[in-house]
Amino acid sequence: MAVASSGTATVTLPTDEQILITREFDAPKDLVYKAWTTPDLVKRWWSANRGEVTVAEIDLRVGGKWRYVMIAEGGFEVGFHGEYREIVPNERIVSTEVYEGIPDAEAEAALNTLTLTEADGRTTLTILAEHRNKEGRDAHINSGMEAGMQDAMDLLEEVAISLS
Amino acid sequence: MAMARAATTADAFNAVAEPRRRQILDVLAGGERPVNDLVYVLGLPQPQVSKHLRVLREVGAVDVRDEGRQRFYRLNGHALKPIHDWVKEYERSWSERFDRLDAVLEELKEKEEGDGSGK
Repeated sequence: MAVASSGTATVTLPTDEQILITREFDAPKDLVYKAWTTPDLVKRWWSANRGEVTVAEIDLRVGGKWRYVMIAEGGFEVGFHGEYREIVPNERIVSTEVYEGIPDAEAEAALNTLTLTEADGRTTLTILAEHRNKEGRDAHINSGMEAGMQDAMDLLEEVAISLS
Repeated sequence: MAMARAATTADAFNAVAEPRRRQILDVLAGGERPVNDLVYVLGLPQPQVSKHLRVLREVGAVDVRDEGRQRFYRLNGHALKPIHDWVKEYERSWSERFDRLDAVLEELKEKEEGDGSGK
Protein backbone atom coordinates (compact mmCIF):
# COMPACT_ATOMS: atom_id res chain seq x y z
CA MET A 1 0.00 0.00 0.00
CA ALA A 2 1.13 3.52 -0.57
CA VAL A 3 1.85 5.56 2.48
CA ALA A 4 0.35 8.98 1.98
CA SER A 5 3.05 11.53 1.34
CA SER A 6 3.12 15.27 1.74
CA GLY A 7 6.24 15.48 -0.38
CA THR A 8 6.71 13.76 -3.68
CA ALA A 9 8.62 10.69 -2.54
CA THR A 10 6.45 7.65 -2.02
CA VAL A 11 7.42 4.83 0.31
CA THR A 12 5.62 1.53 -0.05
CA LEU A 13 6.15 -1.85 1.58
CA PRO A 14 5.59 -4.49 -1.12
CA THR A 15 6.40 -7.47 1.11
CA ASP A 16 7.64 -8.13 4.63
CA GLU A 17 11.20 -8.10 3.28
CA GLN A 18 11.02 -5.04 1.04
CA ILE A 19 10.82 -1.27 1.00
CA LEU A 20 10.19 0.61 -2.22
CA ILE A 21 10.86 4.32 -2.67
CA THR A 22 9.59 6.09 -5.80
CA ARG A 23 10.10 9.62 -7.07
CA GLU A 24 9.87 11.39 -10.42
CA PHE A 25 12.40 13.99 -11.52
CA ASP A 26 12.19 16.70 -14.14
CA ALA A 27 15.48 15.68 -15.74
CA PRO A 28 16.78 13.01 -18.13
CA LYS A 29 18.07 9.82 -16.55
CA ASP A 30 21.72 10.38 -17.40
CA LEU A 31 21.70 13.50 -15.24
CA VAL A 32 19.96 11.73 -12.36
CA TYR A 33 22.55 8.98 -12.64
CA LYS A 34 25.33 11.54 -12.62
CA ALA A 35 23.95 13.24 -9.51
CA TRP A 36 23.59 9.83 -7.88
CA THR A 37 27.11 8.58 -8.61
CA THR A 38 29.34 11.67 -8.39
CA PRO A 39 30.74 12.12 -4.86
CA ASP A 40 30.75 15.94 -4.91
CA LEU A 41 27.14 15.96 -6.04
CA VAL A 42 26.06 13.29 -3.56
CA LYS A 43 27.47 15.45 -0.80
CA ARG A 44 25.04 18.16 -1.76
CA TRP A 45 21.84 16.19 -1.50
CA TRP A 46 22.25 12.97 0.45
CA SER A 47 22.07 14.51 3.92
CA ALA A 48 18.57 15.79 3.24
CA ASN A 49 18.20 18.79 5.55
CA ARG A 50 19.53 16.89 8.50
CA GLY A 51 23.23 17.49 8.61
CA GLU A 52 26.38 17.58 6.56
CA VAL A 53 27.81 14.80 4.42
CA THR A 54 31.47 14.47 5.36
CA VAL A 55 32.32 11.34 3.39
CA ALA A 56 31.02 10.27 -0.03
CA GLU A 57 33.23 7.57 -1.50
CA ILE A 58 32.09 5.86 -4.67
CA ASP A 59 34.12 3.21 -6.47
CA LEU A 60 31.63 2.66 -9.25
CA ARG A 61 32.42 -0.81 -10.59
CA VAL A 62 31.15 -4.26 -9.82
CA GLY A 63 32.85 -5.28 -6.58
CA GLY A 64 33.72 -1.65 -5.82
CA LYS A 65 32.85 -0.15 -2.45
CA TRP A 66 30.86 2.91 -1.44
CA ARG A 67 30.64 4.72 1.86
CA TYR A 68 28.66 7.77 3.00
CA VAL A 69 29.00 9.47 6.36
CA MET A 70 26.87 12.28 7.65
CA ILE A 71 27.27 14.43 10.74
CA ALA A 72 23.69 14.77 11.85
CA GLU A 73 22.28 17.65 13.80
CA GLY A 74 23.34 17.14 17.38
CA GLY A 75 26.81 16.10 16.28
CA PHE A 76 26.51 12.34 15.98
CA GLU A 77 27.90 10.47 13.00
CA VAL A 78 25.77 8.26 10.81
CA GLY A 79 27.60 5.98 8.39
CA PHE A 80 26.52 3.63 5.63
CA HIS A 81 28.60 1.53 3.28
CA GLY A 82 28.29 -1.29 0.81
CA GLU A 83 29.48 -2.91 -2.38
CA TYR A 84 28.32 -2.57 -5.97
CA ARG A 85 26.94 -5.81 -7.39
CA GLU A 86 25.54 -4.76 -10.74
CA ILE A 87 25.90 -1.58 -12.77
CA VAL A 88 24.04 -0.59 -15.92
CA PRO A 89 25.05 3.03 -16.56
CA ASN A 90 22.13 5.49 -16.49
CA GLU A 91 19.65 2.70 -15.73
CA ARG A 92 20.35 0.45 -12.82
CA ILE A 93 22.62 -0.06 -9.83
CA VAL A 94 22.43 -3.00 -7.46
CA SER A 95 24.41 -2.63 -4.27
CA THR A 96 24.54 -3.81 -0.71
CA GLU A 97 23.96 -1.41 2.15
CA VAL A 98 25.16 -1.69 5.70
CA TYR A 99 23.99 0.70 8.38
CA GLU A 100 27.02 1.15 10.62
CA GLY A 101 25.03 2.16 13.66
CA ILE A 102 23.91 -1.32 14.65
CA PRO A 103 25.78 -4.28 16.17
CA ASP A 104 26.85 -7.02 13.74
CA ALA A 105 26.05 -4.63 10.92
CA GLU A 106 27.70 -6.62 8.10
CA ALA A 107 25.49 -9.62 8.61
CA GLU A 108 22.46 -7.40 8.35
CA ALA A 109 23.16 -5.81 4.98
CA ALA A 110 20.27 -4.96 2.72
CA LEU A 111 20.34 -5.30 -1.05
CA ASN A 112 19.32 -2.11 -2.82
CA THR A 113 18.27 -1.82 -6.45
CA LEU A 114 18.15 1.61 -8.03
CA THR A 115 16.32 1.92 -11.33
CA LEU A 116 15.97 4.96 -13.58
CA THR A 117 13.32 5.06 -16.30
CA GLU A 118 12.96 8.01 -18.62
CA ALA A 119 9.87 9.20 -20.47
CA ASP A 120 9.45 12.58 -22.16
CA GLY A 121 12.58 13.93 -20.53
CA ARG A 122 11.38 13.01 -17.05
CA THR A 123 12.89 10.24 -14.96
CA THR A 124 11.18 7.91 -12.55
CA LEU A 125 13.55 6.73 -9.87
CA THR A 126 12.87 3.69 -7.72
CA ILE A 127 14.90 2.20 -4.91
CA LEU A 128 13.98 -1.28 -3.78
CA ALA A 129 15.59 -2.31 -0.49
CA GLU A 130 15.32 -5.99 0.27
CA HIS A 131 16.59 -8.64 2.58
CA ARG A 132 17.57 -11.99 1.21
CA ASN A 133 17.25 -14.22 4.26
CA LYS A 134 15.75 -14.55 7.66
CA GLU A 135 18.86 -13.17 9.38
CA GLY A 136 18.66 -10.00 7.38
CA ARG A 137 14.96 -9.74 7.89
CA ASP A 138 15.32 -10.21 11.63
CA ALA A 139 18.06 -7.61 11.66
CA HIS A 140 15.62 -5.17 10.23
CA ILE A 141 13.45 -5.65 13.27
CA ASN A 142 16.32 -4.06 15.15
CA SER A 143 17.18 -1.38 12.64
CA GLY A 144 13.75 -0.02 12.01
CA MET A 145 12.45 -1.61 8.85
CA GLU A 146 11.30 -4.91 10.19
CA ALA A 147 9.31 -7.69 8.68
CA GLY A 148 5.71 -7.39 9.51
CA MET A 149 5.45 -3.72 8.92
CA GLN A 150 3.30 -4.23 5.86
CA ASP A 151 0.73 -6.06 7.91
CA ALA A 152 0.98 -3.47 10.61
CA MET A 153 0.42 -0.72 8.08
CA ASP A 154 -2.55 -2.49 6.56
CA LEU A 155 -3.92 -2.92 10.00
CA LEU A 156 -3.35 0.71 10.87
CA GLU A 157 -5.21 1.74 7.78
CA GLU A 158 -8.17 -0.20 9.07
CA VAL A 159 -8.03 1.54 12.41
CA ALA A 160 -7.02 4.94 11.09
CA ILE A 161 -10.27 6.44 12.19
CA SER A 162 -9.50 5.63 15.80
CA LEU A 163 -6.16 7.42 15.49
CA SER A 164 -7.55 10.74 14.42
CA MET B 1 18.46 4.02 3.53
CA ALA B 2 18.27 2.42 6.88
CA MET B 3 17.23 4.74 9.57
CA ALA B 4 17.65 4.38 13.29
CA ARG B 5 14.42 4.03 15.12
CA ALA B 6 13.69 5.59 18.46
CA ALA B 7 14.30 2.95 21.10
CA THR B 8 11.02 3.74 22.78
CA THR B 9 9.06 2.14 19.96
CA ALA B 10 10.99 -1.13 19.90
CA ASP B 11 8.42 -3.04 21.87
CA ALA B 12 5.56 -2.29 19.54
CA PHE B 13 7.73 -3.21 16.55
CA ASN B 14 8.68 -6.55 18.02
CA ALA B 15 5.14 -7.27 19.08
CA VAL B 16 3.79 -7.00 15.55
CA ALA B 17 6.72 -8.85 13.97
CA GLU B 18 5.24 -12.22 15.03
CA PRO B 19 2.74 -13.58 12.47
CA ARG B 20 0.32 -15.01 15.04
CA ARG B 21 0.20 -11.74 16.90
CA ARG B 22 -0.49 -9.90 13.68
CA GLN B 23 -3.30 -12.37 13.08
CA ILE B 24 -4.74 -11.51 16.47
CA LEU B 25 -4.52 -7.81 15.68
CA ASP B 26 -6.23 -8.41 12.34
CA VAL B 27 -9.10 -10.16 14.05
CA LEU B 28 -9.39 -7.43 16.66
CA ALA B 29 -9.35 -4.77 13.96
CA GLY B 30 -12.88 -5.97 13.27
CA GLY B 31 -13.96 -5.20 16.82
CA GLU B 32 -13.73 -6.41 20.38
CA ARG B 33 -13.66 -10.20 20.85
CA PRO B 34 -13.67 -12.62 23.76
CA VAL B 35 -10.64 -14.87 24.23
CA ASN B 36 -12.59 -17.93 23.17
CA ASP B 37 -13.24 -16.39 19.77
CA LEU B 38 -9.53 -15.76 19.28
CA VAL B 39 -8.68 -19.32 20.26
CA TYR B 40 -11.22 -20.55 17.74
CA VAL B 41 -10.12 -18.28 14.89
CA LEU B 42 -6.40 -18.92 15.37
CA GLY B 43 -6.83 -22.64 15.92
CA LEU B 44 -4.15 -22.62 18.62
CA PRO B 45 -4.25 -23.98 22.16
CA GLN B 46 -5.50 -21.38 24.62
CA PRO B 47 -2.16 -21.11 26.52
CA GLN B 48 -0.40 -20.07 23.31
CA VAL B 49 -3.06 -17.52 22.47
CA SER B 50 -2.85 -16.16 25.99
CA LYS B 51 0.90 -15.84 25.68
CA HIS B 52 0.59 -13.78 22.50
CA LEU B 53 -2.13 -11.65 24.06
CA ARG B 54 0.13 -10.99 27.02
CA VAL B 55 2.88 -9.67 24.73
CA LEU B 56 0.38 -7.45 22.94
CA ARG B 57 -0.96 -6.18 26.24
CA GLU B 58 2.53 -5.38 27.47
CA VAL B 59 3.14 -3.01 24.57
CA GLY B 60 -0.36 -1.64 24.84
CA ALA B 61 -1.43 -2.91 21.41
CA VAL B 62 -4.54 -4.45 22.95
CA ASP B 63 -6.71 -3.53 25.88
CA VAL B 64 -8.61 -6.01 27.99
CA ARG B 65 -11.75 -5.90 30.11
CA ASP B 66 -13.57 -8.52 32.09
CA GLU B 67 -17.29 -8.91 31.81
CA GLY B 68 -18.76 -11.64 33.91
CA ARG B 69 -16.69 -14.72 33.22
CA GLN B 70 -15.62 -13.49 29.82
CA ARG B 71 -12.44 -11.64 29.07
CA PHE B 72 -12.70 -9.28 26.10
CA TYR B 73 -9.81 -7.94 24.04
CA ARG B 74 -9.82 -4.96 21.76
CA LEU B 75 -7.29 -3.16 19.58
CA ASN B 76 -5.53 -0.02 20.75
CA GLY B 77 -4.38 1.69 17.56
CA HIS B 78 -2.42 4.34 19.43
CA ALA B 79 0.19 1.83 20.52
CA LEU B 80 0.88 0.95 16.90
CA LYS B 81 1.11 4.55 15.80
CA PRO B 82 4.92 4.66 16.26
CA ILE B 83 5.25 2.22 13.38
CA HIS B 84 3.11 4.41 11.20
CA ASP B 85 5.09 7.46 12.28
CA TRP B 86 8.35 5.73 11.55
CA VAL B 87 7.42 5.13 7.92
CA LYS B 88 6.25 8.72 7.60
CA GLU B 89 9.54 9.95 9.01
CA TYR B 90 11.49 7.74 6.63
CA GLU B 91 9.46 9.08 3.74
CA ARG B 92 10.00 12.64 4.87
CA SER B 93 13.77 12.25 4.99
CA TRP B 94 13.79 10.88 1.44
CA SER B 95 11.54 13.72 0.27
CA GLU B 96 14.03 16.21 1.67
CA ARG B 97 16.85 14.40 -0.04
CA PHE B 98 15.05 14.42 -3.36
CA ASP B 99 14.23 18.12 -3.05
CA ARG B 100 17.94 18.78 -2.80
CA LEU B 101 18.61 16.44 -5.69
CA ASP B 102 16.15 18.49 -7.75
CA ALA B 103 18.33 21.56 -7.20
CA VAL B 104 21.46 19.66 -8.24
CA LEU B 105 19.70 18.42 -11.38
CA GLU B 106 18.57 21.91 -12.34
CA GLU B 107 22.17 22.99 -12.20
CA LEU B 108 23.35 20.07 -14.31
CA LYS B 109 20.68 20.85 -16.89
CA GLU B 110 21.68 24.49 -17.10
CA LYS B 111 25.30 23.51 -17.41
CA GLU B 112 24.54 21.14 -20.29
CA GLU B 113 22.56 23.80 -22.11
CA GLY B 114 25.37 26.26 -21.47
CA ASP B 115 27.79 23.85 -23.10
CA GLY B 116 25.66 24.02 -26.20
CA SER B 117 26.10 20.33 -26.77
CA GLY B 118 22.37 19.84 -27.11
CA LYS B 119 22.72 16.41 -25.59
